[in-house]
Amino acid sequence: MNTLSIILGLPLLGFIINGIFGSKIPKSLSGGIGTISVFLSFIFSIMALPMFIENPEYTIKLDLFTFLSFDTFNLRVAFTLDRLSLWMTLIVTGIGTLIHVYSISYMKEDEGFYKFFAYLNFFIFNMLLLILGSNFIMLFFGWEGVGLCSYLLIGFWYKNAEYGKAARKAFIMNRIGDLGLLLGIFMIIQQFGTLEFTTVFEEINKGTVSVNTLNAIGILLFIGAMGKSAQIPLFTWLPDAMAGPTPVSALIHAATMVTAGIYLVIRCSALYVLSPIANEVIIWTGLSTAIVAALIGLKQNDIKKVLAYSTVSQLGFMFVALGCGAYTTALFHVTTHAFFKALLFLGAGSVIHGMHHEQDIRKMGGLKSKMPITYYTFLIGTLAITGFPFLSGFFSKDEILTIAFNHNIVVYILLVGSALLTGIYMFRLLFVTFFGEYRNQHYAFDKVHESPRLMTLPLMILAVLSIFGGLLNLPHYLQHEGGILQNWLKPVIGLTHSGQHEISFNTEMILVSIAVLVFVTAFILTRMRYISRKQVPQEQTPTGVLGIISNKFYFDEIYDLIFVKPFETMSIWLQQVFELKIVSKISYGIHDILRFFGGLNKKIQNGNIEYYLMFMVIGVLILLGFNFFN
Amino acid sequence: MLGIFQNIEISHYIYLSCVLFCIGLFGVLFRRNAIILLMCIELMLNSVNLLMAAFTEYMGDQNANGQMFVFFIMVVAAAEAAVGLAILVMVYRNTKKTDVSFLDGLKD
Repeated sequence: MNTLSIILGLPLLGFIINGIFGSKIPKSLSGGIGTISVFLSFIFSIMALPMFIENPEYTIKLDLFTFLSFDTFNLRVAFTLDRLSLWMTLIVTGIGTLIHVYSISYMKEDEGFYKFFAYLNFFIFNMLLLILGSNFIMLFFGWEGVGLCSYLLIGFWYKNAEYGKAARKAFIMNRIGDLGLLLGIFMIIQQFGTLEFTTVFEEINKGTVSVNTLNAIGILLFIGAMGKSAQIPLFTWLPDAMAGPTPVSALIHAATMVTAGIYLVIRCSALYVLSPIANEVIIWTGLSTAIVAALIGLKQNDIKKVLAYSTVSQLGFMFVALGCGAYTTALFHVTTHAFFKALLFLGAGSVIHGMHHEQDIRKMGGLKSKMPITYYTFLIGTLAITGFPFLSGFFSKDEILTIAFNHNIVVYILLVGSALLTGIYMFRLLFVTFFGEYRNQHYAFDKVHESPRLMTLPLMILAVLSIFGGLLNLPHYLQHEGGILQNWLKPVIGLTHSGQHEISFNTEMILVSIAVLVFVTAFILTRMRYISRKQVPQEQTPTGVLGIISNKFYFDEIYDLIFVKPFETMSIWLQQVFELKIVSKISYGIHDILRFFGGLNKKIQNGNIEYYLMFMVIGVLILLGFNFFN
Repeated sequence: MLGIFQNIEISHYIYLSCVLFCIGLFGVLFRRNAIILLMCIELMLNSVNLLMAAFTEYMGDQNANGQMFVFFIMVVAAAEAAVGLAILVMVYRNTKKTDVSFLDGLKD
């Protein structure tokens, strides 16, 4: 048995068992099967690790069968595990395991328990398909599969019509991006005649393809990444995706699926290195997303929505790094972000659980004393994302800022602004939720309770990871021979520059100081407002600029006006005029004609046997007549 | 006795059988009573039988193949009459009529 088939097969097996027999087996068993299948998958990925450490070029291949075959063009169902995909696999299965454990407790009361675990396992399987596929089509299958799982899980509580709408929105938004990805794939077929990653990238490295073509392919693939990784203009689905159960938000909409876009760009690094225009597009899209989402996050009052906009914003950071060609840095941020954002979401889930499904932070406050474990882990998550020195987020974000500084000073300044906003909205969330006075009249403070052990355990593990995650890729000034991740990825990503070697130690120290300064400023500003002055976010929506921000820059409304409304009007017109007046007229006309001729024939078929006999005799006579005269 | 029939010309047999057949045919077409219908069918079959026997004799066939067919047709006719009458009885029990023009269930 190939390690790869086990890693891939176990979650699929879990999905099949839970999907078919889930309703008949007890909850503990179906939760156990779901969790253990992912956990074993994680263990097998870890067991593969030593071989990869020994030999940088080591890959495990699994070639199953030909999926499609034209004369020279073969599509094979094949998988490759190299250093990059192993890293992603470890994140997906590792965090996936923790979230499965958490879900056992979080979803305990839900009637669709087994269904939830079946979907989660199916998601993990599809994500692994995406990561491990050795050609663009396998990636695309996984890509669509995670989209499907995301849809199913956002609309998991489908009895609420709003949630169903959110699920559909996510699905449709993702389709727009997928169209870009698909067109990119078509262009690759046309240019290279194959979809295998290795062959395509070898061809690109030969330099036979023109820069314009590479730019076009790069931008098309990036449109796919935009949809999946929620970048402007396709980001509005992610905040709405918070309709799903909180573990789903943690796993799919923060830690893993949304990073698929980042993975795609890293995987195609050979292509992006040679396409400067695509890189510029990526940088500016990522940058604007980072800023806009952070601004919106400032004024959100739903604990999960704040985190959702934060995710969008952080994904923007990662894309800026990608656009600058710092693929290692982006993957590093993916990793640390997976740790602390999963932690924050699970923490938020714990709060929601303890507050009995209350998500509005205006109705919380003072939860620190009631939920100590949740509070401390949430605090660690917040410190990590805001860049408290030497926590994981500090290193990864600092690296991105350094790279941006190296690339373009304007990008750097804007990113620092966005980092400041990150600090402000995260501390706001922390202070309003856990400090101050309790503000919910409908749910007594005494009833607020800490979550059970199964939920706090993943929180604690993730908190440890969030603290020490930075060790995975220490900056140049702390580890001279380069970070672990950077050396790890060298064989996979041929051309990469982390940017750190090109600037002096002094400049670097100034940049670090600025990052710390940003953190301190955000902390002090927010603390003054929400702790010292004890302000609480207002009930009524503010006016002016703040009004625009708290209305999310009217993105949804604008899309509604530009796309949804005209489409609706057109659909109604088609239904009222085209369908009823034209199409129906034609089909009814055909019907009437047939009916007329049928009516003529009906008289012959009167059911009276004498007539039948008569016709028979006439027929025989005619035949005889023919015979006679010929 | 045989000699008499052998002396009659073949054309006379054909005329007779044509006449019998047409009587049967028109009876089937224009009469409505189911019993008469059956009788007319019988008449048509027998006109063919007659023709068969006559032609066998005319061709001088020693094996008498044509006359063999006569017996087949008679057996079939008997079976057909039995089935036909059985149907007729059922029809009569249900509708108290033997008039076929009322039976137009075939159009459904």
